[in-house]
Amino acid sequence: MINIFAFNIPFASIFLLMITAIVTPLLPKKNRFNEKFSCCVIGLVAILSAYLLYALTNGGQSLAFNFSMGHFPAPWGNELRAGPLEAILALFFCVAMLLSLTGNFSSTAEDIAPNRRQIFCVLVNLLMASLLALTYTNDLFTAYVFIEINTIAACAIVAVKEGAGTTRAAIRYLIMSLVGSGLVMIAICLLYDLTGHLLMQNMHGAIQVLMVTKEYTMPLTVALALITVGLGIKSALYPFASWLPDAHGTSTNASSAILSGLVLKGHIFTIIKIFYRVFGLDVIHYLRMDTAIFIFGLVAMIMGSVHALRQTNIKRMIAWSSVAQVGYIFLGVGLNTVAGVAAACLHIIIHACVKPMLFTAAGGLSAVAGHKKNLHELMGTFYINRWAGLGLIAGAFSMMGIPAFAGFASKLSLTMASFDHPFIVWSLATLATSSVLNALYYVPAVIVVLTKNKNAQNKITAPEPTTLYKFSMFVFLSLNFYLGLFCMPLLRLITRGVNVLQ
Amino acid sequence: MHEELKNIWKNFFNWVLGNGPRPENEVIPPDPPPDLPFTQKPQDKYSRFHEATIKERYEQWLEIHGLHIFSILYSGLSILTCVVIVCLLLATVAELPPFGHERNPANNEVIRRYVEHGGHETGAQNIVAGLILDYRAFDTFGESAVLFTAAVSVLMILGASRRNKLNKSPSLKSETTSRNFLQRGPPSLDEPILRGVASLSIPAILMMGCVVVINGHLTPGGGFSGGAILSTALILASNAYGPERVHEFYNERTFIVSSSTALMIYALSKGYSFFTGANHFHSIIPKGTIGNIFSAGLILPLNICVGLIVAGTLYTFYSLFSKGDL
Amino acid sequence: MLGKLFLNHYEAVAVILFGIGMTNLLLQRNLIKKIIGLNIMDTAVYLFLAAKGFVEGRAAPILISNGSGGWLNSSDLYVNPVPAGLVLTGIVVSVSVTAFSLALALKLYEYYGTLNIDEALMKMTEEQVELETTIEKAEEDVLAS
Repeated sequence: MINIFAFNIPFASIFLLMITAIVTPLLPKKNRFNEKFSCCVIGLVAILSAYLLYALTNGGQSLAFNFSMGHFPAPWGNELRAGPLEAILALFFCVAMLLSLTGNFSSTAEDIAPNRRQIFCVLVNLLMASLLALTYTNDLFTAYVFIEINTIAACAIVAVKEGAGTTRAAIRYLIMSLVGSGLVMIAICLLYDLTGHLLMQNMHGAIQVLMVTKEYTMPLTVALALITVGLGIKSALYPFASWLPDAHGTSTNASSAILSGLVLKGHIFTIIKIFYRVFGLDVIHYLRMDTAIFIFGLVAMIMGSVHALRQTNIKRMIAWSSVAQVGYIFLGVGLNTVAGVAAACLHIIIHACVKPMLFTAAGGLSAVAGHKKNLHELMGTFYINRWAGLGLIAGAFSMMGIPAFAGFASKLSLTMASFDHPFIVWSLATLATSSVLNALYYVPAVIVVLTKNKNAQNKITAPEPTTLYKFSMFVFLSLNFYLGLFCMPLLRLITRGVNVLQ
Repeated sequence: MHEELKNIWKNFFNWVLGNGPRPENEVIPPDPPPDLPFTQKPQDKYSRFHEATIKERYEQWLEIHGLHIFSILYSGLSILTCVVIVCLLLATVAELPPFGHERNPANNEVIRRYVEHGGHETGAQNIVAGLILDYRAFDTFGESAVLFTAAVSVLMILGASRRNKLNKSPSLKSETTSRNFLQRGPPSLDEPILRGVASLSIPAILMMGCVVVINGHLTPGGGFSGGAILSTALILASNAYGPERVHEFYNERTFIVSSSTALMIYALSKGYSFFTGANHFHSIIPKGTIGNIFSAGLILPLNICVGLIVAGTLYTFYSLFSKGDL
Repeated sequence: MLGKLFLNHYEAVAVILFGIGMTNLLLQRNLIKKIIGLNIMDTAVYLFLAAKGFVEGRAAPILISNGSGGWLNSSDLYVNPVPAGLVLTGIVVSVSVTAFSLALALKLYEYYGTLNIDEALMKMTEEQVELETTIEKAEEDVLAS
């Protein structure tokens, strides 16, 4: 069995972050102490998650355990659940969050007024806590409450940079998110009414019984559809993604990185949990939800890239590319096999590492070009801030799926997963098309950045990137190559996690 | 000289295109960049109607009527969406378990334990209080965190930096309106009726709020409802005696310190109970006898914490929205 | 179906309200009306939950004294307490979200002088066009000099 220290880690990580968030307003503001303190806590949680992962998987076993929140067992009290998959996701979420914060440490200071930075820290901690709670929770209503924390905190970190554009983007984001929350809420009520439980495994049992007796099939389908659409809106599944480029394109770089890399992923993982732990794969297949998700994923992969092609602003371009990448994840989920979901989880992790790197790099490049964000204004910036340039190139190659870069691994595993699936032709054709489309907009960006600027008078005396920026970019780059070259052990670990998820 | 030549050429060009002479008082638009191909030249708006092509006529018509058509389309779309959602959900509701039936799936062993053992397991007479603050306390902790998140976010958006920003920013087109909108002016200080009523009712409201908070585990009510009642006392005081008087004992710093501390106590005490519960340790918190004020373990202190947070947060919302300051 | 709908008429009314609220939230263009739509939607969910918690002929879930120092705790005396708990949580969430969206709406009004999100969008694009033309002019000046 698992030792008592590792057993308490899921609870401890959520509470540590919550308490940090609560205590932050009382801490001194000098020397950006708050931000450093938050970074330390997130780093600590990352270490704890790594230890949890080790404890859950050492010696070839795959353990999973339930942690009851309080003195009351499963169907009565709240519960957390941790398995290898949750631990891996928590680890990578923490690492990506930490790197997004440290990489953009100086740009945060430029974009956010000093008196708002403290609240920014509170929000980041709450966001991280809610992400971990969504990852670990075993209770659908707890998931709803933390989805709401996530929504408010995510909209607030868009609005933390003052300006007309960010306010409008935050409002659009908030309204779409609230529509999503409403759908999730009514779907949870329907499910509660049909099953009489709020805990995932008890709901699963009740739904299995309903499936055998063929009762309430229609309300069950509607509830599943509503919850999927609701969470799909929040995770920017294509037709509902109109809010994303505004929110991710206008906010400060750290917020963009966090929103694109992490917030979307929390909701997608909630969908995966609901599919696996509440309904079960056979019920999902019986209710035809897998095909619907698959088709949405295909459309998102193409349309996200098509929209990205039309952008001139680099941050908006990267934001639309997130829509396409979310499509990849939903494609994997829609395959509705263990291999497909494992590939989707791998892509969640890879995208959580690559997208913050792209946003950090784009922020660094536009900082040396005088905070201009249009692509043609970034000409030759590679030679001023080489670390940012390298980050953009590696990220772009990764998104295109060049071998040895991280994105290749996830595309490979998605391809492998779709081999024994009836829709293989569709998924392979769309993967290929989408890769070509990705190349069509990332290659010009790379070329622009690498082209030397002839107009000498445009030379801007840019500040040297800080050591922290270089270090974060270095970690991002090494993560990228690690995931690209040695992803197989990780994929095996994820597959084991998915196997014990049920 | 150069400009004149250009003008002459322009008139000649227009004459060739059949647009006729321009009115005297017209401002001539700037030239398009020379390298634009002919087809991309901006359309001349002063062409007479019968000379316009069908496409131009359509565009003109769209420019005049487009907004109207769009809004009709929009409301049509709204009604359609509404009808579709409602029909879908109505069809679902028709299939749901019947209303008020005791054999419905929701009335299962979970409810039986809440009702039959809730009393001695949580010590609370009010089963709902025991449910949300003991059985499912993690949800309720999340709920307080939602309120805290919203409070700090609103404080950030509408808080201290707002006034300076408003006065400085040149890009505000509606600066005057927004200022009027924000600063309604202090309530006039000689309102004897308001003050008299306030001085009578504020103690009663405070008392009522405290009763609702403290009896949360015995009767309907609890931290949230009691806190909302308490906040109305603060709002009434702010209206009757002026916000400055309230500001003397309740300002931004007090709010942040009190709600952070209250939430901290909440988090730590609940964290203790979660920790002991999950690891099967014995918890030192006594449950007391059902029906007494000092019973139900942690529920009473938690209700007081929640009451403090809610009272402060709601007053903060009021204060920030009405005068843009706390 | 109509008969069953009549049997579940509280839930039916709740989902009709839900639809109205959601349509307002999604498609109204005035922000305040959108937020009102949000509140209608949330309230509809509470009505739905309250209706789901009700059981014919049972009392509110607060223990009743049996007159001799004990408590009546038979489970067929009280209605389902879980929906009440969910509604309490939902109300707090709804208050928080409403306050936050009103704050953002106020901020939008300060920036654009309008509560209509489409108008704000149009003003935004106008401003962007202005900004771009000024930037282009400045660049041309630099090139010319």
